[in-house]
Amino acid sequence: MHSNRYTLMYAAAISVLTAVILAFLSESLKPAQQANIALDKQINILRSVRITDAKPDQVRALFQERVRKVVVNSQGEELAGQDPDAIVLKDEVNKPAAERKLPLYIYTGDDGRKYYIIPTYGVGLWGPIWGYVALEDDFNTVYGATFDHKGETPGLGAEIAEAEFQAQFRGKKIMSESNTFVSVRVVKPTDKTDFGDEHRVDGISGGTITSRGTDAMLKNCIEPYLAYFGKQKQSLTPAGE
Amino acid sequence: MATETAPAPVVEKKKEPLFSKKNIRTLRDPLDDNNPITVQVLGICSALAVTVQVKPALIMALGVIFVAAFSNLIISLLRHSIPTRVRIIVQLIVIATLVTIVDQVLKAYMFDVSKKLSVFVGLIITNCIVMGRLEAFALGNKPWPSFLDGIGNGVGYGIILVVVAVFRELFGSGTLLGYQVIPQWAYNMGYVNNGLMMLPPAALFIIGLYIWAQRSWNKKLVNVS
Repeated sequence: MHSNRYTLMYAAAISVLTAVILAFLSESLKPAQQANIALDKQINILRSVRITDAKPDQVRALFQERVRKVVVNSQGEELAGQDPDAIVLKDEVNKPAAERKLPLYIYTGDDGRKYYIIPTYGVGLWGPIWGYVALEDDFNTVYGATFDHKGETPGLGAEIAEAEFQAQFRGKKIMSESNTFVSVRVVKPTDKTDFGDEHRVDGISGGTITSRGTDAMLKNCIEPYLAYFGKQKQSLTPAGE
Repeated sequence: MATETAPAPVVEKKKEPLFSKKNIRTLRDPLDDNNPITVQVLGICSALAVTVQVKPALIMALGVIFVAAFSNLIISLLRHSIPTRVRIIVQLIVIATLVTIVDQVLKAYMFDVSKKLSVFVGLIITNCIVMGRLEAFALGNKPWPSFLDGIGNGVGYGIILVVVAVFRELFGSGTLLGYQVIPQWAYNMGYVNNGLMMLPPAALFIIGLYIWAQRSWNKKLVNVS
């Protein structure tokens, strides 16, 4: 039997030793990890405009040349001097819409058309889910969408990160014909709904809670941008059209 | 080099070779006769959770092999100095440190893999197999056999994981490692993926069938329990 003194010393020593090792490791790997996270975000943003096979260098170059970053508010005004990458979406989505800062990425395609990429953030079953939804320049048609998650169940909720699920969003509309906001709804294939097929996407069987979370996330995150889109539309289309 | 190899035959009498029969048995036993999942019934929880698809199952197996092998090695090296009253805490610290190292390195250098695995890597800490081997083997054996024991148990665990995952992914999604295996014409003719395979109970059924099959080919196990 070891003495109390030895036991205490041993426990303290091994705790300090492992803490030092892990602290050193964490600090020395941090730059690489942060670079990965930043790059991953850019890859995801570009995936929403259907650029899926770009190499890391190409992604950085595309971002430099083609993407304009702005921050707007729910009154539709651009806020000057804000960096959208510095905005913590997790905090913003829980505020009332009027107080939110809304980051927006505007991508210019090869043909000069603009795509408006909205970052989204919500909750799934086990943890956060997030994604990017790209709208065409009619501010209505979804050009592409990409989603990811922290820890949804593989094969079930985690399917939101798969291409098959995301491809369903292409061509869907967020506005009804009478120009009211409907969002793109993620619902069970058997659910009866009062909105048309152009607004609905099939949820994942076995991933109901993640599907509902995606549905709520889209509604919550897209709606505040409508004022900004409305102003853009006015300035783009000549009056009296 | 000659000076290093020359004394080897002299000490051979006292020291057993690296891959002696006994060591091979340490390595091989957990694959079948003493499999951690199907014989000791440990690590069932993660076998249910990560076997929906083959890829996470494979990577989870690699993670467990790494952690089991090196925690066994480290605990075996420390075994004479660890105070018995806090040995469980010491074991946990070693396991948690190794798992965190794996997690951090994956995040820095294999970001894609780490994104797929984030939740599974953390789960290795709570895997009963790792700690079970530390208690049952590493505390009482020399470093090299302990290291082999860790690898053996990790692989034994991994075999079951992959077997279960193959069945679940094939019948649950019609794919293997993400590639479509069941052809489209089968679906056109009315074949439907089995939704039960996507749910955790399917893993229990498959593990049960595996245990049945294993006991009918390996008579040694019949009277174990």
